[in-house]
Amino acid sequence: MADLRQIAFYGKGGIGKSTTSQNTLAALADLGQKILIVGCDPKADSTRLILHAKAQDTILSLAADAGSVEDLELEDVMKVGYKGIRCVESGGPEPGVGCAGRGVITSINFLEEEGAYDDMDYVSYDVLGDVVCGGFAMPIRENKAQEIYIVMSGEMMAMYAANNISKGILKYANSGGVRLGGLVCNERQTDKELELAESLASKLNTKLIHFVPRDNVVQHAELRRMTVLEYAPDSKQADEYRQLATKIHANAGNGTIPTPITMDELEDLLMEHGIMKRVDESIVGKTAAELAAEAAMAA
Amino acid sequence: MTQSTNNVLDHFNLFREPEYIDMFETKKKNFEFPHPADKVEEVRDWTKTWEYREKNFGREALTVNPAKACQPLGAVFVAVGFEGTMPFVHGSQGCVAYYRSHLSRHFKEPSSCVSSSMTEDAAVFGGLNNMIDGLANTYSMYKPKMIAVSTTCMAEVIGDDLNGFITNARNKGSVPEDFPVPYAHTPAFVGSHITGYDNALRGILSNFWEGKERTANGKINFIGGFDGYTVGNLREVKRMFDMMGVEYTILADNSEVFDTPADGEFRMYDGGTTLEDTAAALNAKATVSMQQYCTEKTLAYAAEKGQEVAAFNHPVGVAATDKFLMEVSRITGRAIPAELAKERGRLVDAIADSSAHIHGKKFAIYGDPDLCLGLAGFLMELGAEPVHVLSTNGGKEWEARMQELFESSPFGKGCHAYAGKDLWHMRSLLFTEPVDFLIGNTYGKYLERDTGTPLIRIGFPVFDRHHKHRYPVWGYQGGMNTLVTILDKIFDEMDRNTNIPAKSDYSFDIIR
Repeated sequence: MADLRQIAFYGKGGIGKSTTSQNTLAALADLGQKILIVGCDPKADSTRLILHAKAQDTILSLAADAGSVEDLELEDVMKVGYKGIRCVESGGPEPGVGCAGRGVITSINFLEEEGAYDDMDYVSYDVLGDVVCGGFAMPIRENKAQEIYIVMSGEMMAMYAANNISKGILKYANSGGVRLGGLVCNERQTDKELELAESLASKLNTKLIHFVPRDNVVQHAELRRMTVLEYAPDSKQADEYRQLATKIHANAGNGTIPTPITMDELEDLLMEHGIMKRVDESIVGKTAAELAAEAAMAA
Repeated sequence: MTQSTNNVLDHFNLFREPEYIDMFETKKKNFEFPHPADKVEEVRDWTKTWEYREKNFGREALTVNPAKACQPLGAVFVAVGFEGTMPFVHGSQGCVAYYRSHLSRHFKEPSSCVSSSMTEDAAVFGGLNNMIDGLANTYSMYKPKMIAVSTTCMAEVIGDDLNGFITNARNKGSVPEDFPVPYAHTPAFVGSHITGYDNALRGILSNFWEGKERTANGKINFIGGFDGYTVGNLREVKRMFDMMGVEYTILADNSEVFDTPADGEFRMYDGGTTLEDTAAALNAKATVSMQQYCTEKTLAYAAEKGQEVAAFNHPVGVAATDKFLMEVSRITGRAIPAELAKERGRLVDAIADSSAHIHGKKFAIYGDPDLCLGLAGFLMELGAEPVHVLSTNGGKEWEARMQELFESSPFGKGCHAYAGKDLWHMRSLLFTEPVDFLIGNTYGKYLERDTGTPLIRIGFPVFDRHHKHRYPVWGYQGGMNTLVTILDKIFDEMDRNTNIPAKSDYSFDIIR
């Protein structure tokens, strides 16, 4: 068995993690890599483009039906999709009950014990939103993902989330081998997006590994539950994902220990690029009437 | 008042005084609003029927009195088997109080174990600080040579990462750089105490073995598994190995710490596998486990390191001990000495002497999967029938193994194994298909009371009889002890059933 490469995609919810990861992994599969995708999002949508499926049966829902996770076999939970990519979805509870984080731990332990990682070149974890609890940090623990790729955009909250995820990685980087592989900017066409993303990357002691431009072909492919690589392999967008895949492939061992910044520093960054204006502290908490009165006084 | 300082009544008698009897009756009548006695009786009788049994076995979402404990109990049991080792359970305090009291009540010995005392803030923010402070406190207060970490449900649900936490604690100076802190994740909601035993032992071994070069020697490693008779059994195993001249290391040897003498000196730690021997155990030729289901991952790990491995199922009796000793003899090349053969002959003789009384008797057994296999095998060897064999922590594979064992003997005909079932299932079995005797732990006394099946206490825990753990059940000597335990109950029952003067006492014999 060749050395197993384990990577993970993190990022704010709705940023396009699953789309970016599936397209990138499809490109890696085109390069002949044997890939296992482990979806760690209770929404269970990390593998739909590879499998052309609505939603895969998840480990946890099958375990709940069978009575316990010990009653499951690997073949029950693993589906094979585009170019032999193996797919599993961890799944999780309905909103408002239970613990999705524990679900991630249970699923990953199950996969390791059942030998799901044997003979694979790549294992990729697709993890929801922020690093919010120990369970969602499971993929960045020792002997799991070696590099984390953070999918973000030029929006304030996406950058905030990227910074938070860096904090999570830093917690484990000193005691284990996990590193930040880089940022992937999924273009939202906000102002000065590339510039901002590069600037944030350098503040976090990492690099912007790729800037994925916005292209409607992604949506067209998604409607057909396909990756762009499969739907329109000759498109320009497919080529972007190929570039990203090649860069990630070449990035083994080049991850860094991130240097997360404070909220103030993040705001400063936005101001430096003219995205945000400095707040005039003298007007904070004053109503329109009060401000009008002040203006009248001054006049 | 019934109580007076001149004549203090204890609880056996106090509550039988008329004031108390009146009070309980009044309370029941006026405040408890019970169902009428005949209705209660009717339902009680219904629960003894086949109809109820079928409903009972159709249960899906409820467990009543499972015959198993949780993973960290097994982890603590392993940890104290190493020299100067303090078990450290990362999680809430109450859980640790349970492991300590459970072990103390069985062995009648103090049981030292610490907790990282996680509270609500730790549940929200993660237990890293508890690990840092906990390891530092444990190291400085209790002066251990090793701290073996396991986890409770709480730490597992929030996903605390032991490897990362321990490294961080070490970096903060909680324990010295080279101080051993092996760990195992032991979520209590997965598996049972035997799973925890396995995980913890593998964790400790990998702490000493990982990254080391193995140079095979002629020694063997011996693992007892989770065993309520560990004190007597491990001493017996050592005695037999010494007689054979086998060079061995007992891993997780807790036979001393659960049997410290009262000589004026408190021993927080006593005996145990030395850390040096634990590290050197990597070089052993083979690792032998007395309980397969307690050591599945540990043996796989030893095999991965290049050792030969052999697993038994809590061997009790002549044939099982033969198999064990012959396997050890084959691995080590040491002959079984005549003295052991003589012990074997004595056991065979004893079995023959008592055969008339035990032959054809029907038994129900419950306990850990290995114990069930060992005892059922022994009973069949004695000519008795293990009609119901139930293991809450046994799985499908175990059930098939039991079935195979039944099929190997005419005494196994009509016998059944029940994997994953609980003591409420056993109650239905005992009512619908009665047996002569029940073998199980202390909790079986409720079944004995309910169903009238005499209980023979073999297993863990045994809280209400003392010192049983001192007597081995392994080896020919252990087989003898087990035989005597079973016979004592048979004869007691025989006397109890024949002791009415001028009615049944025509069989109330002096000689049995």
